[in-house]
Amino acid sequence: MCNCSCTGEPALSEKDRRLVELLNKYRTVPGVLIPVLQEAQEIYGYLPAEVLQKVARELQIPLAKVYGVVTFYSQFHLKPRGRNIIRVCLGTACHVRGGDKIFAALQKELAVDDGETTTDLRFTLESVACIGACGLAPVIMINHDTHGRLTPEKLTGILAKYE
Amino acid sequence: MQNLMEACCRQCTHSPQTPCSDYISCRLEGPLCHDSALCKESRKDWIRAIQQPAEGKKRLLICAGTGCIASGSRPLKEHLETELTARGLRQDVDIILTGCHGFCEQGPILIVEPGKTFYCRVQTEDVDEIVEQHLLREERVDRLLYREPGSGEAVFAYPEIRFYALQKRIVLQNCGHINPEDIGEYVASQGYQGLRMALSMEQGAVIEELKRSGLRGRGGAGFLTGMKWEFTANAPGEKKYIVCNADEGDPGAFMDRSVLEGDPHAVIEGMLIAAHAIGADEGYIYVRAEYPLAIERLQIAISQAKKYGLLGTNILGTGFNFNLHIKAGAGAFVCGEETALLTSIEGNRGMPRVRPPFPAVKGLWDKPTNINNVETYANVPHILRRGADWYAQMGTGTSKGSKVFALTGKVNNTGLVEVPMGLSLREIIFDIGGGIRDHKPFKAVQIGGPSGGCLPESMLDLPVDYDSLTAAGAMVGSGGLVVMDEETCMVDIARFFLSFTQKESCGKCTPCREGTKRMLEILTRMTQGDGRRGDVEALEELAQVVKDSSLCGLGQTAPNPVLTTLRYFRHEYEAHIQEKRCPAGACSALLTYQIEADRCIGCTLCARVCPVNCISGKPKEVHLIDSTRCIKCGACKDKCKFNAVSRR
Repeated sequence: MCNCSCTGEPALSEKDRRLVELLNKYRTVPGVLIPVLQEAQEIYGYLPAEVLQKVARELQIPLAKVYGVVTFYSQFHLKPRGRNIIRVCLGTACHVRGGDKIFAALQKELAVDDGETTTDLRFTLESVACIGACGLAPVIMINHDTHGRLTPEKLTGILAKYE
Repeated sequence: MQNLMEACCRQCTHSPQTPCSDYISCRLEGPLCHDSALCKESRKDWIRAIQQPAEGKKRLLICAGTGCIASGSRPLKEHLETELTARGLRQDVDIILTGCHGFCEQGPILIVEPGKTFYCRVQTEDVDEIVEQHLLREERVDRLLYREPGSGEAVFAYPEIRFYALQKRIVLQNCGHINPEDIGEYVASQGYQGLRMALSMEQGAVIEELKRSGLRGRGGAGFLTGMKWEFTANAPGEKKYIVCNADEGDPGAFMDRSVLEGDPHAVIEGMLIAAHAIGADEGYIYVRAEYPLAIERLQIAISQAKKYGLLGTNILGTGFNFNLHIKAGAGAFVCGEETALLTSIEGNRGMPRVRPPFPAVKGLWDKPTNINNVETYANVPHILRRGADWYAQMGTGTSKGSKVFALTGKVNNTGLVEVPMGLSLREIIFDIGGGIRDHKPFKAVQIGGPSGGCLPESMLDLPVDYDSLTAAGAMVGSGGLVVMDEETCMVDIARFFLSFTQKESCGKCTPCREGTKRMLEILTRMTQGDGRRGDVEALEELAQVVKDSSLCGLGQTAPNPVLTTLRYFRHEYEAHIQEKRCPAGACSALLTYQIEADRCIGCTLCARVCPVNCISGKPKEVHLIDSTRCIKCGACKDKCKFNAVSRR
């Protein structure tokens, strides 16, 4: 036996504690699934499988229905999203001017694949067909900013601007 | 007294627990329960302070609608505050953030009172000049004034701008003129008078008044609001609900957002009146999640209404109870359909239900439910306060009152316009909208969003009302008006709207799920130059089937953009299929770029800008585009200073 004061229960993280609070607050309110999922997503940044299971169990709603609701609305994400969304243009003009090299450099720099998010949740990387800025090719968009005439060397400096 | 809504002295006993039936009148004309010159004067002072700046004071109204915030109204306010403080002028000038003025194109908008000087596109760099020249020397800053398109004439004061002068603002009356986060300003502008009137009337009389006004639903279908209320009022059941549809999802429409952001109490008051008329004690406002500012302003408005006893139990001592909740949507266009919206409030996938039974009989949690949209509710207080006859004198035979339109696209003045029903499209687009940008010819106007249709020039004198537009194949819908010039391809527009509805189809019924997909495939094929003989006929047949057999409004109206473009612009479809040509020059797969030898001076700019290096030519010699490698991005045409690149 150790001599610490714990009771053998695994310690709840701050986020899990907030989820429990959330579920307690709403348990008896009818039609509450969507607001609960919205607030749970605010706590975790996305909706991990364990959270969906817990929500289903606590609100006594079948997991299949919870999953159905999550996948119906575009606002819900099953995978973590980054604080910054990078959209790399892989349209024809960007492709010819080295968009694929930019994409490859970003994949390497961030260690993620298309549609994935860095483990520190700083960036989500997505490829898109064309963002209509062919004259500036190759182009990426970070959140609402467009960055054009890129070379792989310029990327590190640009990424540093986004926390 | 901290603000207009508070007690003037100890003799006033109004509180949510001890409501006074004269509360609203008292705030405007009071005190009513006792005689006191001092109390009367202090009430008047508050109203005066709200309506106009005090003697010797100036007032700056800064628009804080979503559009103006995006163009920088928040830093503008901070900058003004710092500058005025630095010059020791802060106490002489009031800075007020208002709701949307509807002229988003010109944002950020700053109005200086007295004088109603209208400054547009004001940036932080302009602050010095405004303070120095206008506030200190009382001279207008001409550079920042609005100029009429066409004549280029500068306009000094807000009401003289043609964009506003030709409008009839009822629903938008307060937007941009009061602080939406202060219930006192709403009350000082005759707010909650409609509720006071309604509560003094029998429930049936309120419904009768609504029916006489001729108000029809502003969300799309245009059903008579009074009738809808009557159905719900007559439906058997103790528990009834009032729901406000604020899930405004049509691309190109933003009037509901503006009303929620600029005048949230008007919507709450409209819902209160409906609840009284129908006998409901609980309500929901379903707002799309993409409107965070609207949600925030509604929350503030609801908590203020509760604080002063306008929401809750025994409202104004009449025994009427009403509680209001906000539900934030989670991103699904179909939830704008009333039965899908109710399903979503209940916590499910937002799929529509079969009607009948209609929500009036079996709505939220199977209880009778009245559902109207934001603009409809915002009309109600005006009808109660000023009377059905006043309202019914505006508009046409079957479409009464005014309607807010979101005027966008290739038009000079884009923004929100509120006009009496029955004005012609030409008046809206050319008189209020200031005509087409860059003096190009008008080609079409898309009215009513993804459910509406495209109308050609020959229909410009059509009066804008429910029945004329429906007869022309379009609809008032939510009120989006997208103006198009010769550079817009009608096949591509049909494809754009269909790709939207196809993506948003919930998948419950087959005609909408499969039909829109097949239609989109055909349209996409056409815009890529692979259109086949028989495609137009197949489209027409599919469109009719989807229209006739879909479960809800989304599917039933999704073919409208296709059907109207086929009706009025059939030649464009034929050009795409038979000649593999896009007359508007918009479908890039059907274009070729060429350099006109007589115009090219060999400056090499095009060759340098070409992303695929398919332009060859030596300096000072005519250049040549290799069309087999050209990706038709248009960079060369945009860059050429001699207009030597042509697109066919």
